[in-house]
Order: sequence, then structure tokens, then C-alpha cells
Amino acid sequence: MGATIIEKIFAMKCKKDVCAGEVVMAPVDNAMIHDITGPLAIQKFYEMGGKKVHSPERVTMLFDHQVPADSLEAANNHAYMRNFAKEQGIYNYDIREGVCHQVTMEMGKAAPGEIVVGADSHTCMYGAAGAFATGIGSTDMGFALKFGALYFRIPETIRVETTGSFQKRVGPKDLILSITADIGADGATYKAIEFTGETFETMDMPGRMTCCNMAIEMGAKAGIVPPDTITWDYIRHVRNVVPFSLESDSNASFIENRTYNVTNLSPQVAEPHNVDLGVDVTKVAGTKVDQVFIGSCTNGRYEDFAEAAEVLGNRKFSDNVRVIIIPASRQEYLKTLRAGLIERFVMAGALVEAPCCGPCMGGAFGLLAPGEVSLSTSNRNFKGRQGSTGASVYLCSPATAAASGIYGEITDPREVK
Amino acid sequence: MRVWKFGDNIDTDAIMPGRYLSIYDPHVLAKHAFEGTRDEFAREVKPGDAIVAGKNFGCGSSREHAPIALKGAGITMVIAESFARIFYRNAINVGLLPVVCDKAGSILEGENVMVDLIGGYLIVDGRKLSIEPIPEFLMRIVDSGGLVEYACGLQEVPVCTASHQ
Repeated sequence: MGATIIEKIFAMKCKKDVCAGEVVMAPVDNAMIHDITGPLAIQKFYEMGGKKVHSPERVTMLFDHQVPADSLEAANNHAYMRNFAKEQGIYNYDIREGVCHQVTMEMGKAAPGEIVVGADSHTCMYGAAGAFATGIGSTDMGFALKFGALYFRIPETIRVETTGSFQKRVGPKDLILSITADIGADGATYKAIEFTGETFETMDMPGRMTCCNMAIEMGAKAGIVPPDTITWDYIRHVRNVVPFSLESDSNASFIENRTYNVTNLSPQVAEPHNVDLGVDVTKVAGTKVDQVFIGSCTNGRYEDFAEAAEVLGNRKFSDNVRVIIIPASRQEYLKTLRAGLIERFVMAGALVEAPCCGPCMGGAFGLLAPGEVSLSTSNRNFKGRQGSTGASVYLCSPATAAASGIYGEITDPREVK
Repeated sequence: MRVWKFGDNIDTDAIMPGRYLSIYDPHVLAKHAFEGTRDEFAREVKPGDAIVAGKNFGCGSSREHAPIALKGAGITMVIAESFARIFYRNAINVGLLPVVCDKAGSILEGENVMVDLIGGYLIVDGRKLSIEPIPEFLMRIVDSGGLVEYACGLQEVPVCTASHQ
């Protein structure tokens, strides 16, 4: 019997054959903590009797949820983490770099074959780099900080095979919303999802990040794209590693196989209040929106802003909509700025903020009042996610967000001439 | 212990809204549990009460504030048809018992419920409902009272490799 890519990663790290269902104490190559889950992880580290972090050079620390500090509590939490970083010799990116998942990728903290954990559920995004990456809670993180290792139950894998090319103004976000609607909010619980096939083989890294990021929205422990030349091209710019081959064996055992053809896929919108409620944009077109958010770890990269700008052209956003644009990192901000897109967005009436989680955090800023409707390129539309529990959040691609920002209502981006 | 009944896909944003995530005190967090989605919970919950829910309880964010708030409110166990993975593990780590019971839907709001982990069943107002066993490696953490207590007894862990690459 062959092995899945996930089983191979654990086998490499554990130096023995392992298979799905086994529980192993595996070494952690990198651990990421941010300003919301970090303080508690540090507290738990101390409560466990921790004195020295096992491998400080393998810890990524930064602040992105409440930056710059938006309350005294946030300021205290930041100060607490800064002190810990100094005491333990951990490099702290502080508020300088942006959203944790984007920064972890940019700084080369995840590479093919590695095991990476983050105290944030969207850590599964680093599967785009060919890593096994999973979100954990603060106490598990305290344990990983102390011991440099963590218990893992090796997950079974659902293999998603894709074919076809996207229509104009349809892309990875539409695909992952449609896969999520198909698999369901708990359809991949405890499992990994391997994204393969023609569509993924030709997809760029930002698109792969968008898809892997949302694996958790199906309950998955990890999402992964087998590393290929596109992956290694990205990795060699951020990390000094020699490329090697890593893929599932042809006779590997998958718990489920699913196939999707994207040729006729329409732009997708997830209706409130669950991520698996994706429908064709035509079904909800005309719904009035009060706020449009383009950004987040899911869709806050230069390519996402280029997609939005292409739809926007030289138009202005509707006066009836608050359009908030937030690049996911300083690097993505600079790329977008140098391409002239920031100026275009500002001229069109958008508010451009410095890199951070923004409205997706549901506590910092950009909150919604009862009865208001938001259209967002982020990853979650739960009740209250962006403010009032009486508000509604719809999820979509950057193209759909831009089109809807122009007209003040949910708009099919293919209709914008 | 009375039962608080919830439906499917209860996410951690509902259990603990994002605006309280800079707080870590269990008793302060408990005052905001289910704020905006079920306000009477924080007012009326009593120590020893239980939560009963449908599928995928605790989905979404990895915020440990969610199980900590429930524990701070006096909830001792959450019974559900299924749990989201991160919440399940967080609950065990902080000493809140997650119980998987495929007949959770038959338990009614306000009923009394007791658990027998060794026997592998719940007693709900006299009825016996079987539950899924907790995986062995997690049971050791449950028996210790949580991951902190478990880890306190360890100097180092037997990692499957001798050292990092």
C-alpha cells in the first residue's frame, strides 16, 4: 500500500513508516503565535513549568489582530509578548509585517515536507507551500513552545481532483467556496484535503494559498497542494532548501476522492451565516450592501487587488458603500502601491488601511451595525463575525467584491463591461 | 445539572465574540458567553450545567477563550453529535469534557444528565445513551485534569526522532 503526501511528511519527520489514524509525538519545524492567542500560550508555557523555549529560532511571533494597539488590554498583551520575545531570544515581527499567515509564508517559515503549527485556525494555509500545517489552541502551543513537539493524529486524506480553466473573472476563491458548499462545514473534520489536478497545477501561489486557507472551513486539519515547480520557484526566494520530490503514491489510500471541473463555474457567494452556503452570484445579485472588505489572509495579496482593480477600471465606488481595502502584508502593500493600485482605490473612494486582520477580526474596527450587510473577501461569515449579531456577511472573490462596490449591491463581475 | 440545548455548527465566534479576545480571565469571559446569540445563558447558567448540541460544535476560530469561558461559567461537559477538531482538543486541554453522543438530539432542554466515562454512557433523566470513547492518548490528559497538569509532570517528551533535522 502506498502513502499519502501527509503520511510521507510524518514518516520523514518520525523516521519510520506511519499511517493515517496513528498518534505520534512529532517535532515541530515552526510555531506561529499572534497577539490574540499568544499571551495565553505564553501563560500556559509558564504554568507547565516552562523556563526556556525549546527552539526559539523556530518560533514566529507577530501582532496582526489588534494593531496598532486599539485598547489598553491589547497594549498590555503586546507588551507582555514583547517581553517574552526578549527574554527567550525569539525574533518578533511585532506590528511591522502584517497578517500572520501571509508573513509566515513570506519569511519562508513553511516549506515542503515540514510540520508547522500556528495558534490560529487558518494556519492550514501553509499547505500551499507543501507543508503539513495545522491550527492549534493556546495550551497546545504552550506545550509546543516547551517541548518543541506535539501530539498529532495523522489524518486521513480527501483527494480533490480538478480539471478545466476558469472563465474570465472567476478564480480560486470561487472554486474553494464551491468545494466548501459541496463538502460541507464538517465534511472534512479531522481529515486533510489534498488539492490536485489540472486547475491546481496551473494555479499561482496566491490562489493556492486562498484555497488551502479555507480547508478549515470544511473542518479539515490541513489542506495541501503537492509541491511542484510553482511551489519551488516561490520557496527558493524565501528559503534556502534543495528541491525534492514529494507527492502521494499512485496506490495511496484516500478516504474519499472528489472531482471538480471549473470550466462552467460561476462566481460564488457564501450566504450568511455559514461558509458552506455558497451559491452562484446570480442567485443573490441585487442584494444591497453597506460595506465591502477586500483583504485578509484569504484574499489580501497583490494578485487579489489586481483582480479587483481590473474590474474597477477608472470607475468610482458607490457613495452608499464603505469600501475597506487592507493588504495582508507590508510586502503585498508595497507591490500594490508600486503598481499604482492604491492610488486607484483611494481615488475611487475606498479606505486603505495598513496591513492587519481588519474587520475579519470582529473587534478592532470596520464593525457592522444591526441590519447592515457586508460583502467580504475573507473566510468567515458567522453571525457576529464582523460586529453585530444582527448584521449579515456574504463572502466572495475580489472581483465580485469590486463589482459590488461599484453598484452598491451584489453584482456579477462578468456583467461589468 | 441542567441541559442547555444548542443546534448544529455552533461556532466559536458565537461562543465568544471577537471583541473580548484580549481578555483571558475565565470569569470575565463567562459573562460574555453566547452574547448576542443567546443572552440568557450567561445570566442563568449554574455550576455543573451541561451543553448539548448537534453536529460540528465549536467550529471556526482556534480561540481557546471559547472553552475557557464555558468552563468559567461552570459548564462541566459539552455533549454533541460531533465536534470541530480544534475545539475538541482545546476543551480537553483546559479540562472541559467533550462527549460525543450520536443520540444527543434526543436530549431535551432542561433535562438532567450524568456521564459515566468508564461505562461509556450518559444517564439522561433515567435513559441510558451510549457515547464514543475518548481516544486513549487524550484520556491521559483528561485523567490529569488538562494538558498543563499533564505537562507539569514531564521533563521532556519522547519525540519520534532523536532531534530536529
